Amino acid sequence: MKKLVILGAGTAGTMVASRLSRILDSKDWLITMVDQDPVHYYQPGFLFMPFGVYEKKDVIKPKEEFIPANVRLVMSKIELIEPEHNLVRLADGNLLPYDFLVIATGADIHPEETPGLAEHEWGRSIHTFYSFEGAAKLADHLRTWQGGRLVVNVVENPIKCPVAPLEFLMLADWYFTQRGMRDRVELIYATPLPGAFTKPIAAKMLGEMLEEKRIRVEPEFMIERADPDAKKIISYDEREVEYDLLVSVPLNKGADVVGRSGLGDELNFSPVNKHTFLSDKFDNIFVLGDASNAPASKAGSVAHFAVDLFSENFLRHVEGKEMHALFDGHANCFVESGFGKGVLIDFNYTQEPLPGRYPVPVIGPFSLLQESRINHLGKLAFRWMYWNLLLRGHKVPLPANMSMAGKWKN
Amino acid sequence: MATRVIAGKTVQVNDEGFMTDPSEWTKEIAVEYAKEEGIAELTADHWKIIEFCRQSAATSGKAPTLRTITAGTGVSTKELFTLFPKGPAKKVAKISGLGKPEGCV
Ligand SMILES: Cc1cc2nc3c(=O)[nH]c(=O)nc-3n(C[C@H](O)[C@H](O)[C@H](O)COP(=O)(O)OP(=O)(O)OC[C@H]3O[C@@H](n4cnc5c(N)ncnc54)[C@H](O)[C@@H]3O)c2cc1C
Repeated sequence: MKKLVILGAGTAGTMVASRLSRILDSKDWLITMVDQDPVHYYQPGFLFMPFGVYEKKDVIKPKEEFIPANVRLVMSKIELIEPEHNLVRLADGNLLPYDFLVIATGADIHPEETPGLAEHEWGRSIHTFYSFEGAAKLADHLRTWQGGRLVVNVVENPIKCPVAPLEFLMLADWYFTQRGMRDRVELIYATPLPGAFTKPIAAKMLGEMLEEKRIRVEPEFMIERADPDAKKIISYDEREVEYDLLVSVPLNKGADVVGRSGLGDELNFSPVNKHTFLSDKFDNIFVLGDASNAPASKAGSVAHFAVDLFSENFLRHVEGKEMHALFDGHANCFVESGFGKGVLIDFNYTQEPLPGRYPVPVIGPFSLLQESRINHLGKLAFRWMYWNLLLRGHKVPLPANMSMAGKWKN
Repeated sequence: MATRVIAGKTVQVNDEGFMTDPSEWTKEIAVEYAKEEGIAELTADHWKIIEFCRQSAATSGKAPTLRTITAGTGVSTKELFTLFPKGPAKKVAKISGLGKPEGCV
């Protein structure tokens, strides 16, 4: 009997378990998952909670619901991975030996790494929507907020879902307009990037959208500290941005246990081959989802495409054959832009997002890099797809690697 | 792929002016790039960072992020901003003849 252990039962871990439990023969394979939290969070929903579009109950379900029948889920904190001994130590004292290991422990926020953030004003004038509790608290705060200067600050890249801060600002523009108080709110985006996005064409188009919505960008802003009493953030090059309400996207790091086990980089992201997700260090460890250092977006959609190819590769790898389904970094992100509209961007490691039309059988096409109502509907439909198709390992009619079909060059 | 002449040498560059072949780099090129980035003179402190970045890229195949540099050299982020004002990771990558640091996608 071969043992496969999957660490983390979030987006990637659950998709891997659903897929592999169908492909691997349960007479030959024992699949075990470990997670410390019984709740599965639909993290893309955190974006909508502050604006009352989703409530707490809309973004949570018990993890148990998504664990295939022939997979065992152990509820415990993971203490240490000992790759030299093919062994995982759990906080409850149990040991899990493995033949193959999938690390899918994700990424989380660390506001305590920036002085001034997670201190006495945390949850008062300093908020985040990058956690379940944070998004719920911010919703309460916004409901009675009287207006002023709202600053969204990204501490450092990479972050999960790199477009989410932009979406937050565009939704804020819509939310405050609806409430008849947009003229009392100033919206500012302080980002370490030189503009609205990393890739030139999308940066230009999204930048123009922000301008139209009167959202000011403070580019190349690397925060050194927040001054919670003077209500300002200060950059390393000594620029100051004052706020009434700071919405922070704190430093994102991989799980501590990855670093502690000697499998992480400076941010506890685990170095892998970016096409196969095989660990750089160990031939029987794969790292999927946000936990790896692959230079693709840290997004559920990316994890989904990656898992599609991984499940093909895994069988070959186990048999000692070369893996030939190579991931190209494909990301497909609906960017919510407010007023019931959205923008879709589709790109990979080498091809930046382009305008055009994204063909999808039956429900498409979606418009690329342009606002449309159908893109907004696509974003909302994603929640249904997530719970009902993706987590359960069903195929979705989207190619795993990127296609140029419908994209306009020049 | 575009090329440009810098410090008397023809090198390959991308559309943002980053060199695409680190082996074409010379110290003279670094001096010229630094001037273009507003750094009049490269001091020993600058060179320490540049050398670290060259070595880091030689093993990893890519330009180091700011965090890799601070972790690897012990030089604080604050000092890096003094040495290479504004975007230190990007600036030092350019001066060191490396591609633009990935990390932000
Ligand atoms: C605000 C926000 C908006 C987003 N919007 C989008 C979007 O629109 N589209 C999109 O595609 N993606 C979006 N994402 C990103 C998406 O949610 C993540 O990329 C995805 O969930 C990553 O899956 P994962 O399995 O790698 O990590 P996760 O789903 O976070 O799972 C990690 C799991 O590991 C467990 N774990 C970690 N450490 C330990 C330990 N030591 N012991 C035991 N268990 C442990 C955790 O409990 C968790 O269950 C968004 C994210 C955020 C925060």
